[in-house]
Amino acid sequence: MIEVQKLSKSYGRIKAVDDITFTVEKGEIIGFLGPNGAGKSTTMNMITGCLSSNGGSIKVCDNDVFDAPKEAKKHIGYLPEQPPLYTDLTVKEFLNFVSDLKKVDKKEKLEQMDEIMNLVKIKDVENRLINNLSKGYKQRVGIAQALIGGPEVLILDEPTVGLDPKQMVEIRKLIKALGKEHTIILSSHILPEVSAVCDRVIIINEGKIVAIDTPENLSRGTENLLNISIKIAGPEKAVQTLLEDVEGVAKVEFVNSNKKKVESDFIIESEKDIDIRKPIFRALAAKDYPILELKSLNLTLEDIFLKLTTQEKEVE
Amino acid sequence: MLSIFKKELRSYVYSPIPYVLIGLFLLITSITFNSFYSQMQTTLDENAINQTLGFGNTVMVFLTPILTMKLLAEERKNKVDALLLSSPVSITSIVIAKYLAAVVMFLALTASTLIYPIIVISLSKVASVEMLGGYLGFILVGASYIAFGLFASSLTESQVVAGIISLVGLLLMLLMNAIQPIVGDFWYGIFKWFSLLDKYAAYQSGKFIITPIIYYLSFISLFVVLTIRVIEKRRWS
Repeated sequence: MIEVQKLSKSYGRIKAVDDITFTVEKGEIIGFLGPNGAGKSTTMNMITGCLSSNGGSIKVCDNDVFDAPKEAKKHIGYLPEQPPLYTDLTVKEFLNFVSDLKKVDKKEKLEQMDEIMNLVKIKDVENRLINNLSKGYKQRVGIAQALIGGPEVLILDEPTVGLDPKQMVEIRKLIKALGKEHTIILSSHILPEVSAVCDRVIIINEGKIVAIDTPENLSRGTENLLNISIKIAGPEKAVQTLLEDVEGVAKVEFVNSNKKKVESDFIIESEKDIDIRKPIFRALAAKDYPILELKSLNLTLEDIFLKLTTQEKEVE
Repeated sequence: MLSIFKKELRSYVYSPIPYVLIGLFLLITSITFNSFYSQMQTTLDENAINQTLGFGNTVMVFLTPILTMKLLAEERKNKVDALLLSSPVSITSIVIAKYLAAVVMFLALTASTLIYPIIVISLSKVASVEMLGGYLGFILVGASYIAFGLFASSLTESQVVAGIISLVGLLLMLLMNAIQPIVGDFWYGIFKWFSLLDKYAAYQSGKFIITPIIYYLSFISLFVVLTIRVIEKRRWS
């Protein structure tokens, strides 16, 4: 559906996008994840033909964006970071204009506009000037605009930015629903959003792809390293030596202690594929150090993201 | 292309700008028309029209930037240009549609000045080919101004800066004939190409020749093409 091959883009000496390659299959929802300035918007601008590249190719529905832009653009609906709205038009007039721009058939036009307005819930403001709408409504008009003409591919640049939490949930639901019929690329720096909505995630940093996988796989890749946070009633040093001797424990990190109550907190890292919770319980029970609290710390997408995007700097 | 043209026209019609411009233009030219006409009564009536329109060309140097400054600058500032650029429409047709919309507004302004020939004809019962020639020249010059204003609007995100660029540019073109002693013959030969006002004198005297039309059309094409290039280039940088 979308094939990106060795795509590069420089602004002067700065490489905004550096040799990235990925494909998106039909019906997939792909999440673009990365810190600010990672090259997400630049990549999206290139896929939609708003920006040229310094090398590489992009194919949308088998049409090359740079060689056959008109054909390729017919298949794309684009919501840029700032929704492109003519604020001096009413919602209906604006969508009518976009329909003409995308050469929607005259007979289907009104029906399609109605359908889309109902879908994104802006039917109640159709006769109001866009200028007078709230940010949430403007964002939805932006999404409606992208849906006009029934494009197979939707490119959404930070679709939930600036919305209140309730609206965010609604928009996410909407995107999820749209994903059944459209191929979607969306960018975000909100991690729960990406893991909730997307089938696959592309993590991008400093113009390069650092990881492509499903959200589950990305967290599973590190899941076999089970981290445990534990609170124990017992003296700090004795407990630490005891814990370090338990089989399967890779590292014990002392966090905090409360001398009055004789309680200590630790974070324990296990070796691969070993569940150390039971041995720890037995070892502590044998010495009569009761466990007050124990919880496993699975790496969230957030941790993975931070790990992947900060790794290079540590190596340097 | 038609959809962009219609949209541009609509936003002109719903904004106060064209009405203010037409009002201003009529106010200024009616004063000069009155004085030209009272001077001319003993000689040829159509000269009053042609002199008024000639003066109108100078007035348009100040009014055209107001008409054209927002054409491309505003969309870029509001980031609406992404909508047009990601649509299955070529940059060429976007630019041409916007140009034509501004020209139509200018034609509406021109139509409002028809009051002067109506006065002349009703008083002296003469309609002359010189008047028609004067109007043709006026329209060609105005359309050239708009092409330059459009180009200026593509250079910047700020409407004000675009307006100033086109005002300064058009003023310089107005002065092209006076710079001969300053720049010397060689440069004058080049610069005088940009002098828009002295190219259509033949029309004012009632002769129709093709060269002025070709000149103005090439001036317009030059700046429309430059505008398209500026937008293309921005995609590449």
